[in-house]
Amino acid sequence: KLDPLPLCLPHVKIKVPQKFLLCASGESVKVYSSSSEECVHDLQGHTDLVSGIVRNPSNHLQVYSCSADGTVRLWDFTDGILIKVQPHSLPRSFAIAASFFALCTVLVKLFQLVAVHLPLSGDQEVEARELSAVLCDVSPSGAASFGRKVRVVGLPGTSVANKFFLKSGNKKGAKNAFTCVSCHPKEDCIATGHEDGKIRLWRNFNQKKEYTYSTLHWHHGAVNTLQFTPEGTNLLSGGIESVLVQWHYTQENQKDFLPRLGGAITHIAVSPDGSLFCTSHSDNKITIIQSCVKVSAIIQGLVKGEGVRTDLTIDPRSKALVLNGKPGHLQFYSLHRDKLLYNLDIVQQEYIHEEGLDQFEVVKAAFDTRGNWLATVEERTQKGSELEINLKLWAYDEQTQSFMLNTTVTAPHEDQITAMCFSPSPETTMLVTISFDGHFKAWLLADHSDTKAEGACWSCDFVGGYHHLKPGCCCFSADGSLLAVGFQEVVTVWSPSWELLTTLSQPPGAIRDLCFGRLSCSKYLLGTSTKNQLCCWNLLTCSLEWSTPVDVSLLQADPLSENMAAFCSQSGCSDLFVFKPGEPRPLYSQKALCTGKVQRAVFAPRDQMLESCEEHAQWLNRSQLYFFTQHMDLMTFSTKTEEDRLLASSKRLMVDDSVAVTPFYLLLGKHRQQQEALTNPMAERIQLPQGSIAIKELLYTPAHVLPSASFLCSMFVRSLLISSSSAR
Amino acid sequence: MASFKSTKIPIYPKLGEKVTPDTLYWKNYKAPVQIKEFGAVTSIDFSSLAPHNYAVTASTRIHIYGPFSTEPVKTFTRFKDTAYSGKFRSDGQLLVAGCEDSMVRLFDVSGKVALRVFKGHTKGVHVTDFTSDCYHILTGSDDYTCRLWDIPNSTELTSYKEHTDYIRCGITSKLNRDIFITGSYDHTLRVFDARVEKSVMTMDHSQPVESVLLYPSEGLLVSAGGRYVKVWDLLKGGQPLVSLKNHHKTVTCLSLSSNGQRLLSASLDRHVKIYNTTNYKVVHNFDYAASILSLALAPDDESIVVGMTNGVLSIKHRKSPEEKREMAGKQRMQPVYRIFVKGRNYVPKKDDFLVSKPVKSHLAKYDKQLKKFNISKALDTALESWRRNRKPEITVAVMKELDRRGTLKNALAGRDEQNLSQLLNFLIGNVVDPRFTPVLVTATEMILDIYQAVVGQSSVVDRQLVRLQELVEREVDYQQDLLEVLGMLDTLFAASLPRKEVPCPGSSRPNGLAEGSLGAPGPQLKAA
Repeated sequence: KLDPLPLCLPHVKIKVPQKFLLCASGESVKVYSSSSEECVHDLQGHTDLVSGIVRNPSNHLQVYSCSADGTVRLWDFTDGILIKVQPHSLPRSFAIAASFFALCTVLVKLFQLVAVHLPLSGDQEVEARELSAVLCDVSPSGAASFGRKVRVVGLPGTSVANKFFLKSGNKKGAKNAFTCVSCHPKEDCIATGHEDGKIRLWRNFNQKKEYTYSTLHWHHGAVNTLQFTPEGTNLLSGGIESVLVQWHYTQENQKDFLPRLGGAITHIAVSPDGSLFCTSHSDNKITIIQSCVKVSAIIQGLVKGEGVRTDLTIDPRSKALVLNGKPGHLQFYSLHRDKLLYNLDIVQQEYIHEEGLDQFEVVKAAFDTRGNWLATVEERTQKGSELEINLKLWAYDEQTQSFMLNTTVTAPHEDQITAMCFSPSPETTMLVTISFDGHFKAWLLADHSDTKAEGACWSCDFVGGYHHLKPGCCCFSADGSLLAVGFQEVVTVWSPSWELLTTLSQPPGAIRDLCFGRLSCSKYLLGTSTKNQLCCWNLLTCSLEWSTPVDVSLLQADPLSENMAAFCSQSGCSDLFVFKPGEPRPLYSQKALCTGKVQRAVFAPRDQMLESCEEHAQWLNRSQLYFFTQHMDLMTFSTKTEEDRLLASSKRLMVDDSVAVTPFYLLLGKHRQQQEALTNPMAERIQLPQGSIAIKELLYTPAHVLPSASFLCSMFVRSLLISSSSAR
Repeated sequence: MASFKSTKIPIYPKLGEKVTPDTLYWKNYKAPVQIKEFGAVTSIDFSSLAPHNYAVTASTRIHIYGPFSTEPVKTFTRFKDTAYSGKFRSDGQLLVAGCEDSMVRLFDVSGKVALRVFKGHTKGVHVTDFTSDCYHILTGSDDYTCRLWDIPNSTELTSYKEHTDYIRCGITSKLNRDIFITGSYDHTLRVFDARVEKSVMTMDHSQPVESVLLYPSEGLLVSAGGRYVKVWDLLKGGQPLVSLKNHHKTVTCLSLSSNGQRLLSASLDRHVKIYNTTNYKVVHNFDYAASILSLALAPDDESIVVGMTNGVLSIKHRKSPEEKREMAGKQRMQPVYRIFVKGRNYVPKKDDFLVSKPVKSHLAKYDKQLKKFNISKALDTALESWRRNRKPEITVAVMKELDRRGTLKNALAGRDEQNLSQLLNFLIGNVVDPRFTPVLVTATEMILDIYQAVVGQSSVVDRQLVRLQELVEREVDYQQDLLEVLGMLDTLFAASLPRKEVPCPGSSRPNGLAEGSLGAPGPQLKAA
């Protein structure tokens, strides 16, 4: 079966119970170990986005989750077991809060705050019949929180207070709508965050109409999230500025900051003992912070910005997927391990977390065939001023194992750079950039060994154009002997000595994408045009071989085989065709692959060739196809054999749950189990000589007065050995 | 948590001369020592003997200078008229010189009176030289003849009368005692062999020849005349190799550097040009105050001596290695931040557990203020007078950063008269600099927007605004002129370039359009 398989976390909400960190991620709840940052469990069962999670107040090892599919589920997160499912009659619950007796969800569709009574029964699936609408007309961005004194099912206190707030919010105008709410765990105090960046602390709301409030103001954007620490001494808030602010509850003008955490803070969670804070960020990241001093760990998925402006590329060295990461960065994402390797800072400028600013964005990235050079283009458009473009060339440094900046070209072109590619020929290192200003430029690595300047740097070698037309795309042939540049309707083919060899055209429709055939099909040049044409030219006869009317939105060539993948958009869906340029029938096709247009795609070469027996999956043998859908989900095709292997590996992962599963544990634990089974078939544990003086000495002496561990080790081990006489 | 990234100060490429090993080599000379002679210095010759004294011929005297002396070591004054071409013999013992009075005199370097006087020429003798066997003398004269003389019995051996104009330069072969070359104002170079009665080779320089030079291998001959320097291949029968036209006045003198890799030419246009002898490109250039008549290089290029028409002799000595090191040491003297070295030079032992402290990065003052979002203060810091004057790129980079943050307008606002005039001064100084224009134009527009209400309240600011306006208008006119010139050049280029047809094999039929409409003979993609 070839099914698209989503890879990334689209949406994150978190809770921290002491040792584990729970986060709602897409349709599942992930359980991370807060010490090792490993994903311990993946609680799967919801069929739509998980919108909220809350701990069961009566059992701290259980957690409720609610989802847009209209169910509330109760999980045992230490074992990863689903305990209860409560289907709502009303779908699309949005936020969730829990008290000792009731569960409260905000239902978006009807804008109601609903209390759900939890029937006590042992069945796995329980229909919650006792729904009582507490509050109507709740705004969709509503949040729910339970205060300390609220014990009655009807929740009069909260609802009244909420009603007040909404009224006051409406009165004062547009900018102070509520964004979040949090209740003080010990006192009668409710903190609310507002869109204008203010935090209000409401007190005295049990007496009707005599409530008071005080205002805290530091954020300049909306307050995204608020959280009291368990003892209620501090209030944490976060917003778009990416600064975690810690307000002291008693002295309200005192505050601590933790700046530059990454993307905008979307959620904050605090562990029950207050020692760990946890922030989730808009760029798919969770940061674990030790009591607002130090970032202790970062759990990072595929960084997702507003869109991927660079093409998907594969780093030839690390085989990592490279695309836009954090603002101004490129991310290197390992596809094999589904893990972010690192972010490469391209812009090297302080990012200002503020809305409405025009900042530098990385728009193009390209690697040469051996992975020694990386070229990036960053641009910044500002209203009323010129476009700023920088072309940067990065050399791979063996010592630091990363890319070092070699050359910066400011304003390489007068207009936006539309495409860029390295020449694959092994003799020359050459880069070709193509821009809307009607030119294409070739950049060469020039060695100025006669000057005092250290090392080689890049300089412009050739500027070409064709009748002042705007070029749209370019492509090198596999051996680097031909360069094809598409100038609107015309494809021009150039030799490495910059002679215009021939022009090809197939009007009407401007050329959108160009691709040379590989290996045995290298005599073909494929092009797609805006007027629904896929053309294939034969370069030996310089004539059109065939053409077909399909609306190809994306054309991608497999670097290791003759195969080409064409994504066609048809009536709101995307179809995929895989074909060889020289053969009349496609190798594989799938209709309605996903909704919307496929944005980007790339063939990732496999480490070793798969021996797949299925005929229709043969094209996946050498490389794997990844693509981005319209909703910025990264999808891939998997073959049956791979699925089997994945299943096997997931089975192997199911080990003793009492210990946090770390890579170290997996490595050593398995080994030790085997050893135990071998050496100790009777499973009889020999009592260790507990009373040894050496051990006592070692264990009870303060660590700082002990000699070095290497010195003690042999002694310690010797003391643990059981002498041969006692064994008998 | 990432640390604060400091403002990027762009490094602009240095325009002008590139630093090559040649420029480094030829710039490594001290400031010239200048000696005033009595008349135009027509000839300079270095002795090949150890201290390398040199003979300077000027007016009616020949002075001999030591390598580092500014006073003549010895002077020969027994000339009745202008002396020419004082030349040392290869052993450094004898000196020969021609004279306007047609007599050639031979001196002992240690003596005063001429040892021999060769009479026979009828006009002034401008060229004298010793042959390689040290027993003969070559002379060339304005009476169109060149002669060979025997030193021991001071008799004339042979006379050649083939030139049809003044002979003003000549050189003897260092490898063969019989071969010599003369250059004349009749535009020709002639190669003579003393064993034959006629010249063996003639080359046409097509300009009056002022100077000739033989390469150490003597396979190549260099001649200078008019504005041209020409190189001839003697082994190919005098075939012209290269013709160089780098001077814009007559080239008067030629010289080779000690390793034979560089050729120097001096000219009346007051320049000395240095060529690479492999590709004959100019690699360096010296400027002098007056037209140059003579040029000589000491062995090992220890000094460059140049004689000029105004009688000034300029001597440049090479810097010694110690002086070079001294200069480098001076550059390294910079403020030292690290004062306390306590514990810093401690090397951890084998069993020590190393606790690394985070390295605190040093931020510039404006960066610290930018970090705290103190934008007006950051701009003030960037506008401090020394930074504004010496490193305008920093000021502009901070302005650019503020613009990126969208707060430049706020930072520029709220300034008093003194502050504003400072800012305007900076703009006047830098707004037309192409490196800074994009940033400073936006800043200027913002300032005009902010302060238009107060125009007319301060005379200082008003005056500066008027100056700024004039500056911008002038620049606009200038750019317009440049564009016009560019347009003219484009037309010229377009007219001069030959039109090249691009081969288009598909031109006979409309590149596959027909097939597309006829139902595609090629494969059709079919959805399975």
